[in-house]
Amino acid sequence: MKYYDKLIFELSREGRTGFSLPENGWKDSPDDIPGNLRRCRLPDLPQVSEPDAVRHYINLSDMNFGVDTGFYPLGSCTMKYNPKINEEISAHPGFSGLHPLQPAETVQGALKLYAELSSWLCSLTGMSAFTLNPFAGAHGELTGLMIMRQYHISRGDTKRTRIIVPDSAHGTNPASAAVCGLEVVQVKSTPAGTIDVGDLMPLLDDTVAGIMMTNPNTLGLFETEIREIEASVHAAGGLLYYDGANMNALLGKVRPGDMGFDIMHLNLHKTFSTPHGGGGPGAGPVGVSSRLAGLLPSPVVIRDGKTGKFSMAGNPGGPGRISGFAGNFGVLMKACAYIMALGKRNVTKVGPYAVLAANYIKESLKDRYRLPVPSLCKHEFVFDGLKDVSPAVDGISTLDVAKRLLDYGFHAPTIYFPLLFHQSIMIEPTETESKETLDAFIEAMRKIADEAVSEPELLKTAPHCTPVGRPDETLAATHPVLKF
Amino acid sequence: MGFAYFPHTEGDIRAMLDRIGLDSLDGLYSDVPEDVLYKGDFSIPDAMSEMEIRRWFDDLASENVRLKVFCGAGAYDHYSPSAAKAVISRSEFLTSYTPYQAEVSQGTLRYIFEYQTMMTRLTGLDCSNASMYDGPTSAAEAMLMTVACTRKKSRVLVSATLLPRVIDVVGTYCKFHGTGLSVIPESGFSSDLEAFRKELAAGDVAGVLVPGINRYGIIEDLSGFADAVHSAKALLAVYSDPSSLAVIRTPGEWGADIACGDAQSLGIPLSFGGPYLGFLCCRQEYVRKLPGRIVGQTSDPEGRRCYVLTLQAREQHIRREKATSNICSNQSLMALYVTVYLSLMGPQGLRRVNELSYGGAHYLYSALLDTGLFTEVSEKPFLKEFVLRSGIPAAVLQEKLLEKGYFAALSCGDDIVSFCVTENRTREEIDDLLSVIRDLRSSK
Repeated sequence: MKYYDKLIFELSREGRTGFSLPENGWKDSPDDIPGNLRRCRLPDLPQVSEPDAVRHYINLSDMNFGVDTGFYPLGSCTMKYNPKINEEISAHPGFSGLHPLQPAETVQGALKLYAELSSWLCSLTGMSAFTLNPFAGAHGELTGLMIMRQYHISRGDTKRTRIIVPDSAHGTNPASAAVCGLEVVQVKSTPAGTIDVGDLMPLLDDTVAGIMMTNPNTLGLFETEIREIEASVHAAGGLLYYDGANMNALLGKVRPGDMGFDIMHLNLHKTFSTPHGGGGPGAGPVGVSSRLAGLLPSPVVIRDGKTGKFSMAGNPGGPGRISGFAGNFGVLMKACAYIMALGKRNVTKVGPYAVLAANYIKESLKDRYRLPVPSLCKHEFVFDGLKDVSPAVDGISTLDVAKRLLDYGFHAPTIYFPLLFHQSIMIEPTETESKETLDAFIEAMRKIADEAVSEPELLKTAPHCTPVGRPDETLAATHPVLKF
Repeated sequence: MGFAYFPHTEGDIRAMLDRIGLDSLDGLYSDVPEDVLYKGDFSIPDAMSEMEIRRWFDDLASENVRLKVFCGAGAYDHYSPSAAKAVISRSEFLTSYTPYQAEVSQGTLRYIFEYQTMMTRLTGLDCSNASMYDGPTSAAEAMLMTVACTRKKSRVLVSATLLPRVIDVVGTYCKFHGTGLSVIPESGFSSDLEAFRKELAAGDVAGVLVPGINRYGIIEDLSGFADAVHSAKALLAVYSDPSSLAVIRTPGEWGADIACGDAQSLGIPLSFGGPYLGFLCCRQEYVRKLPGRIVGQTSDPEGRRCYVLTLQAREQHIRREKATSNICSNQSLMALYVTVYLSLMGPQGLRRVNELSYGGAHYLYSALLDTGLFTEVSEKPFLKEFVLRSGIPAAVLQEKLLEKGYFAALSCGDDIVSFCVTENRTREEIDDLLSVIRDLRSSK
């Protein structure tokens, strides 16, 4: 990685062009539009040649870390390898040129893909029906909660407006609930890191719409009392929502449907290998149990039992439309290709290999990093800072460890989350990392633990080998410069 | 048997289990209740090789029909430059995570900063977020934002001339959020300012959403809207096609507070509806209520210019249930696509796109009227999309055109049909479409 300091606007010169379009031979011109409906002058966009533009963006890419350049031990993000064939498939001209409103008879292949992927996800999760329309995990949460509310409302049970969310949950859980018009009630964790069932029970009354759970939770711990929680929430008339952010731990081994969950989302950009793309596009399909199968958002893909033909239709009983069309179709194609590559044979190994890698790192570092919950973890676990130094006494924090890791060629783990600890370092390897990579990471983490004692300044001023040093975030927030 | 995405040898597995103190992989799930462990078969395909996967998709693709697209309705067949596709396939962009670690994410952060700049220049507003899912969800976020920006107001107004799917998505969000929604009927295929004024008088309106170009393709005259909305202490949002903003009056010029819409029209492939690119821009005074990621400029300890995610106190990972939105990501790669697209196009290229689309659309419009099968429904100006009243039932017309490989004449209710022409349609294609339609007249 090398520092490159230009913005595209700084390469711009009046009169340069980078486009390749036919000459305009038409008689009519947008200048014929009445003056008060026209823009005063052309927008001030860059004027650059194609080679200059391409080199600029490739230089920018050289300041980026990606799964293809190195290992991301990023908790709750499942940064697994993104297979190359998936990209080729999603650019298939037989799909990329399809207009979303084309009549069903001209898009049978696309609709069949939607139906096939839905049925595969059902099988992998134990749910009865899936919508592939949600665009991302948070969008899936919101959609799932709408389905939950729609279920209660459709039964005339309108006073269920509270949702229980564990204190260890991702920030999107309470935020999605709030957008969905639900009041968030927090349930505590036990010292062992799982939901405090004693704290939960008194909360369960007839105003509770349901509970949102991540299992394994954000500490990487399996909620061992899931059976009891499930029975109690259901007995109180509530529904169970499964946040699929951590599904990679269970893929091929445990199905949310079998644990009694009624609604769930999956992050295809986590568990199903589609690339994160620097923040998106992802996909957040939502699955439901049989009693909620009629409550999916519009549109739904249906198959005519007689003709075998697929079509798309609105679903009047559901919450409504939550997306312009039927989801991030290009992303769905990638997940499809991934499931086909895995197949029955390999899908059962995804969870176990991911869990193996996480426990291996945990056991290899717990003598140097504080491990607040020492039990078996699933796909991820949380350290609470370094063992031998403390932020208060030595001034070395989790942030310093994370930044120093960048110098060793690794991405930083997720830090300061979950909020249960002050110095959280949340580590999630995946099943696509080799033992050699994990060993190199472990070695780097141990070296950093040594440096924290021997050369603390090295950590406090890290990173040293990246294109830029620590940006001044306070300056960015107090004097916002949001455009060139 | 090995698998290309798993690096594990038997020896690796053994060594790792030894470190953990377990005998077998099954031991990794000893904390899971026995009755929850899944022992059945999965109804997914048997493992397939790359060759088999390719063949499967080729076969599936043959069940689709590629049509010449003469429809828009929120998804536009504009040209996708090769260089834009090449740049987004770059691994360092494609396989990167959300740029929380700014020191190793300057590539992503910098193109988002460029994207934000370009979107403010297109819309004529002060600030842009880092992008969102799609146009309709950006409209929904815009409407909830107006509620957050105004005090004690709980209703939003949207024009009936917006694309129906935009109204539907806004409606879904509002229904569950607890925000009232009124769809204001149109007048003469345009938003009805007087009808909006009446509703605004109630005093409970937080925001108003109108289209820049409406579902009939008509360029709306939004004169008077900003004054009417602002005097009711509400916010005006304009749903725009950003491609058109090279030539038509911008939301900023109309006095809007917010611009939203779908930037798919900036060269993103149709891809059966996604991934597309929602955008959301606003005036400076509302930036702290703007949902989604925002990138800002700052410097590092050596004084080098660099970029970070900023104003994060708005966001869900800090504010949880008090966040301005639940959104946690952007459509980053599509924002990159559009940033490269706009860099290549520049002001003259984007103008050319509009000239070609406008010229072709107006040529088709006149020629369709000349066939005698269509009548004009409005004399209002349009850009690349328009409606006509069809003398043949819309469904029949669409079906006949479909048989000849054209996706055209989308029904907009009654016998009103819409057409759209982009620079991707050649004069030959338009003439051929016309000859197919003329043949219908003779066989009518």
